[in-house]
Amino acid sequence: MAESVITLPKTKRKKSSKFGQHNLVGYLFISPWLITFFLFTFIPLFVSLILAFTDFNVLANSGDFIGLDNFNRMFNEDRRYWKSVYATVKYVVFAVPLRLIFALAVAMLLNTTRRGIGIYRAAFYAPSIVGGSIAVAVMWREIFGNEGLVNFVLGLVGIVGPNWLGRPETAIWTLIILAAWQFGSPMLIFLAGLKNIPKALYESAEIDGANGWNKFRHITIPMLTPIIFFNLIMQMISGFMVFTQAFIITGGRPLDTTLFYALYIYRRAFENFEMGYASAMAWVMLLVIAILTAVVFRSSSYWVHYEADEGN
Amino acid sequence: MATIKSSDSVISKSRMTTPKEVWYKRKGVQTVLYHLFVGLAAILMLYPLFWLFGSSFKPPDEIWTNQTAIIPNEFYPDNYPNGWAGFGGINFEVFYKNSFFYAIVGTLINVTASCIVAYGFARVKFAGKRIWFSIMLLTLMLPAQVQIIPQYIVFTQLGWLNTWLPLLLPRFGGQAFFIFMIIQFIRSIPTDLDEAAMIDGASKVGIFYRIIMPQLAPAIVTASIFSFYWTWDEFLIPLIYLNKPDLYTVSLALRTFSDPSGQTDWGAIFAMSGLSLVPVFIIFVTFQRYLVEGISTTGLKG
Repeated sequence: MAESVITLPKTKRKKSSKFGQHNLVGYLFISPWLITFFLFTFIPLFVSLILAFTDFNVLANSGDFIGLDNFNRMFNEDRRYWKSVYATVKYVVFAVPLRLIFALAVAMLLNTTRRGIGIYRAAFYAPSIVGGSIAVAVMWREIFGNEGLVNFVLGLVGIVGPNWLGRPETAIWTLIILAAWQFGSPMLIFLAGLKNIPKALYESAEIDGANGWNKFRHITIPMLTPIIFFNLIMQMISGFMVFTQAFIITGGRPLDTTLFYALYIYRRAFENFEMGYASAMAWVMLLVIAILTAVVFRSSSYWVHYEADEGN
Repeated sequence: MATIKSSDSVISKSRMTTPKEVWYKRKGVQTVLYHLFVGLAAILMLYPLFWLFGSSFKPPDEIWTNQTAIIPNEFYPDNYPNGWAGFGGINFEVFYKNSFFYAIVGTLINVTASCIVAYGFARVKFAGKRIWFSIMLLTLMLPAQVQIIPQYIVFTQLGWLNTWLPLLLPRFGGQAFFIFMIIQFIRSIPTDLDEAAMIDGASKVGIFYRIIMPQLAPAIVTASIFSFYWTWDEFLIPLIYLNKPDLYTVSLALRTFSDPSGQTDWGAIFAMSGLSLVPVFIIFVTFQRYLVEGISTTGLKG
C-alpha cells in the first residue's frame, strides 16, 4: 500500500514502516465499527451463550442456571422443535437449489449480446427487489388463498383447488415457490461470472467439435464452480434464517409444517418470553450455520483461485 | 416487453440462398424465438406484481369475479383513500413518515459510518488490522437471532422500547456488507494522490476527507440504495421494538392492516400493499445500474 515514499533512505524506511504504522489513526477510523461490534454483537453473543444455560423468562421473573436442561428439552422433549428443524431443512433443501437452478438458467439465457437484455434483466430481477417486503407476502397469501388467484384460475378449467395454505402437504410449497420466484441476485452474480469466462475456451472447444451440452458441462460449469459455491453458501444462510414470509403468509401453520426455525425462536423469545430457551435454540442455529459454512469454505479451497492481493 | 425483432430474416426470401444467407436466416429465426421465449418468461415473472397494482384499482366485487385481469373493467381509485385511512384512527401518512424517517436517517448513519470504517481498513496500516477485518467479515454470517435476545433485554431495561434508539444506535458502526463493498472500491482507487498529499504533509484524516471521499460517490450511491430499501423492508427489528401503532413503519402497519381476522376490504389491502412498493420501485428504476454493479461485484444479497 501507500508506504512508498521513495525519497527516504532504505534503513529509515524500514524503521518508519515499523513505527510508521498509524495505530492510533487506524483504530480511530475503525472505532465506530469496533465499538458497536462490542456493544451490539460481541457482548450480546456472549450473554446469549450464558442465557442458553438458564431458564431466563421475563414474565415468570426467573433466571436460574439450569445446566443443559434447555438442550435436553430441545432435543428430547420438544416435538415442535423437531418440526421446526424439519420444516427449515425441507425449505432449504428445495428452495435453495430451485433458486440457483433458475438463476443459472436465466443468467445463461441473458448472457448474449442481443438487444433488450437490460429490460429482461430488470424484469427478472424486479421480484427479488420487493421479495422481502410485507406487501409481497400479503399478496402471496391472497394468491394462494382459498378463493385466491390460483384457485380462481383452476376453477376456470373446472378444477376445485385445494386450500393451499391450510393443508399440511401444500402450505410449505407456497413458500418454496415464493423463494424460487426471487432468484434475482444469484442470477446477477452468475451473469457477471459467465461474462468472465474467456470466449477462447468455447471457440477452441467448438473447433474440437464440442456441442452445446459438452461446452456447458466441461467449460461453463467448471469455470463457474467458485460462483456456484459462493451463491450456495449465501443462499443457504439466508434460507436457514427465513422468517418474514412464513410469519405473514402461514404463521407457521398448519400443524407447524411451516414453523421455520427463526420463526420458532421468535415465538419462544417474544411471545412466550422464554428467552433462555430461545437463546439455546439460537446458539444451536449459529453452530450449525458455522459448521456448514466451514465445510463449504474448506471445499472451496479446491475450487477457488483467490488473487494474491488480500488486504495488507 | 417482448419487442420482437425480425429484421435480419426477411431479406433473403425469394432468391436462392447462399450459406451466408442461411446463417443470417437462422440467426433471425433464433432471435425471434429468443425474444418470444424470454419475453414471455419475463411477463410471467412480473405478472403477480402487475396483478397486485391492477387489483388495487378494482371495485370490491370485481376483485373476486375478475381475478386474473390486470386492467380492471371498472376503474375504482377509491381503494386508495379507503386504505390510506389506516386503522385505529391512525392513517398511513403517519406510517409513511415513520418509514421515511427510519430509512433516511438509518441510511445516512449507516453509510457515513461505513465509509469512515472502510477507509481505515483500506488505507491505514495498524496492528491487528487483519484480525479485525476477518471478524467483520464473519459477522456477515451471524444469525440475527443470537444477538437480538440480549439486545432486547438490555434495551427494554433502559426503557428504550417504543423509541428509535434500538433501531438506530447499532447503525453507528456501519454495516459489514457496506464496509466490505466500500473497502473493495477504495482499493481500486490509485494511491498516487494519497502519496502526493502525504508528501505535502496531509494527515490520514485530511487524505480521507479531501481525496478519498470525493471519489467514493459511486460506492456511496450503491450502498445508500441498498441500505434504503433494506431498511424500508425491515420487519423483525421494528416488530420487536415498536409496539405503538403511531410508531409503526409501513411494513408493520401493513401487517396489522391486512390481518385476515380483522380486515376484509381487499381492494384497500391491495392498494396499500402496492403503494408500499412504489418507493422501492422508483429507486430500482432510477438506480438500476448501481444495483446491478453492487450485486455483481460484491455478491450482496438483494
